[in-house]
Amino acid sequence: MQVTIRIRRFDPERDQAPHLESYQVPDAQPMDRVLDLLHYVKWNLDGTLVFRRSCAHGVCGSDAMLINGVNRLACKALVRDLGDTITVEPLRGLPVSRDLAVDMEPFFDSYRSVLPFLINDEPVPDSERLQSPEDRARFDDTTKCILCAACTTSCPVYWADGDYTGPAAIVNAHRFIFDSRDRGAARRLEALNDQEGVWRCRTTFNCTDACPRGIRVTQAIQEVKRALLFRRA
Amino acid sequence: MEQQHSYDVVIVGAGGAGLRAALEASTRARTAVLSKLYPTRSHTGAAQGGMCAALANVEEDNWEWHTFDTVKGGDYLVDQDAAEIMCREAIQAVYDLEHQGMPFNRTPEGRIDQRRFGGHTHHHGKGPVRRSCYAADRTGHMILQTLYQANIANGTTFFDEYYVLDVLIAEGRATGVVAYDLASGDLHVFRAKSVVFATGGFGRMFKVTSNAHALTGDGPAVLYRRGLPLEDMEFFQFHPTGLYRLGILLSEAARGEGGILRNKDGEAFMERYAPTIKDLAPRDLVSRAISTEIRNGNGAGPDGDYVYLDVSHLDPGVIDAKLPDVTDFARTYLGVEPKKEGVPIQPTAHYAMGGIPTSVDAEVLADAAGTVLPGLYAAGECACVSVHGANRLGTNSLLDIVVFGRRAGIAAAGHARGLRHAELPEDPAGDVRRALADLLDHAEGERAAAIRADLQAAMDRNAGVYRTETTLKQMQDTLDALDERYRRVWVQDKAGRFNTDLLEAVELGFLLDLARTLVVSALARQESRGGHFREDFPARDDARWMRHTLAFAEGGRVRLDYKPVTVTRYEPMERKY
Repeated sequence: MQVTIRIRRFDPERDQAPHLESYQVPDAQPMDRVLDLLHYVKWNLDGTLVFRRSCAHGVCGSDAMLINGVNRLACKALVRDLGDTITVEPLRGLPVSRDLAVDMEPFFDSYRSVLPFLINDEPVPDSERLQSPEDRARFDDTTKCILCAACTTSCPVYWADGDYTGPAAIVNAHRFIFDSRDRGAARRLEALNDQEGVWRCRTTFNCTDACPRGIRVTQAIQEVKRALLFRRA
Repeated sequence: MEQQHSYDVVIVGAGGAGLRAALEASTRARTAVLSKLYPTRSHTGAAQGGMCAALANVEEDNWEWHTFDTVKGGDYLVDQDAAEIMCREAIQAVYDLEHQGMPFNRTPEGRIDQRRFGGHTHHHGKGPVRRSCYAADRTGHMILQTLYQANIANGTTFFDEYYVLDVLIAEGRATGVVAYDLASGDLHVFRAKSVVFATGGFGRMFKVTSNAHALTGDGPAVLYRRGLPLEDMEFFQFHPTGLYRLGILLSEAARGEGGILRNKDGEAFMERYAPTIKDLAPRDLVSRAISTEIRNGNGAGPDGDYVYLDVSHLDPGVIDAKLPDVTDFARTYLGVEPKKEGVPIQPTAHYAMGGIPTSVDAEVLADAAGTVLPGLYAAGECACVSVHGANRLGTNSLLDIVVFGRRAGIAAAGHARGLRHAELPEDPAGDVRRALADLLDHAEGERAAAIRADLQAAMDRNAGVYRTETTLKQMQDTLDALDERYRRVWVQDKAGRFNTDLLEAVELGFLLDLARTLVVSALARQESRGGHFREDFPARDDARWMRHTLAFAEGGRVRLDYKPVTVTRYEPMERKY
């Protein structure tokens, strides 16, 4: 089948404003990934097209973008689910570096702000610390995060306020707050209790819909909110 | 003029090996980590099944059995002193990861759970053993995240999306690297007392591969061009279960949990090839068995070119709990429901056993005599210690990166201590600047993608699971032609910032050089061993070939040399499973 792919192009050094450019992909297959189409364009039609990608099967998180108006990974979005005209744009809410590549630094700054690492100063045993399968399951969902930014950049609150910590960082805070081995929950909760923290969430569920890993993002945010309320009580 | 930086230790690559090295180096010395990807994009994150260590949490086990399995799995080309170190240190390496926050799956008692994996046995091959520590089927993802998180806690300095394109060597030692910053297009010179290469593999020289697009062997190619040898390049692992046509990895954990390979008639054919451990035989054996079934007309599908990985008889709860990602890949990319039907698979280019030769302390070795090049280190898939010999066992790659990444970080920081910086050569970035300018200078020609596609297709055809003198000589001729085309490659994008078109051309040059070393090394080795199978020499020949290959760049050609295998306690035996 022939597919038309419309790509929002912008080189801040050369262009006054972003513009949509259309390309024809003649022999697209229903099971092709959008990433395959982007590669077709870059390798055959226009070498100046810029996008990030690496693993090409949904585990590295490089190629999150806005595809037909929805945040997805280009390597997990298939032609058969999108039709014969596909519009691809950069993630919203982060500055465009060039074409589909956005500046990820604000996103990673936010991630680092929630202390995304195990905090526990107690002496470690000679072997592993014990953790029951139930305690391990408590935070399993949020360990799946690949930091692709699909959730954070789908959030209307984040679009309006780039200082909002955002869903991805809260997911990663959740991963440690609910880890029975961690002792840093109080510090993380304090950070998330400020005016740019979890209380900005308006539970629109965009983040949950956007997550390519199927993480229940909104639920994780709600659990962090409840942990804050419980802590106060 | 390029920007200059000065550090005690520079680490190139931020996958598992680079990040583990950084944890050690950054607490001991001023350290910078340069990575062409954001660290969490590294391909360590795609590893699925687990990391073996003889914890004996669920059944009797010890690290000596693990060493034996590693040596036998590697078809006796493993340096046994290195394998002993890896398997002994594996246990502490797992505990270290757990202490750093790694969310391993747990036993009912709260210990780290363990499961079976190909080639891992008890009592020297008597039967499968539960040795692989895991986090569902995203163990690599969790290791990568955990190590990156530990580095954030540590305050490690990162330069993300910096492509290292040259190494600086002066006064007989490594003195730094030259890097290209994707965001600005600027060159940066990093002076360093120690340089650690941890750049991963180069599976992108093949078409059907589990490897990420980024895996173009930049580190090994850079060192090779500077006169350093590459070891055992002919040994490339083809993983048995790549998703049909796409090559996406379906973890051996699927078979570890009870999955079975079936041909078009539904026959569990591995019973004929490895009667004792069947589907859990090492990867080289299973990949050859699959290729043989396909050649003999037992393949499924309209072209008869795949077989099935069948997990449909497993408890659906087990599939959801322990194999969620691999079953999701089958659903997403092939539209197949693994709970109900077999998943079409074929062998996929997966892992380079060979690479930059190193000592057990990750020091880079410059010749067959084992002369160390001071200040230069390598660890992980880009290196060859050699703990994997002719065929790596499943899970031993995640083990390799944490054990030898740690050793590299400690050694590199130790070397830097008290050492002065060497004088840099005049215009240290000159060679890189001229090479990039030359690539950008061509006003027309052929795109890198077209040349790369031909390289990949030809490598699949001529240097894959089966090889002969005829196919390898054919591949040499093809490489001559591809090199000629590459000299006229056209980079269409002339921009300074985010010029991924330029970098794809640079990366293709690396792949072409490495493919040449693989083919020349494979042509010379007239035997079959592990991942290197010569149909014209189907037997292992210990008298002539129980030795490591070293490939050097010399006057535009490849010169080969050899060095002995280190044998400590395991004399070579016939390899049966």
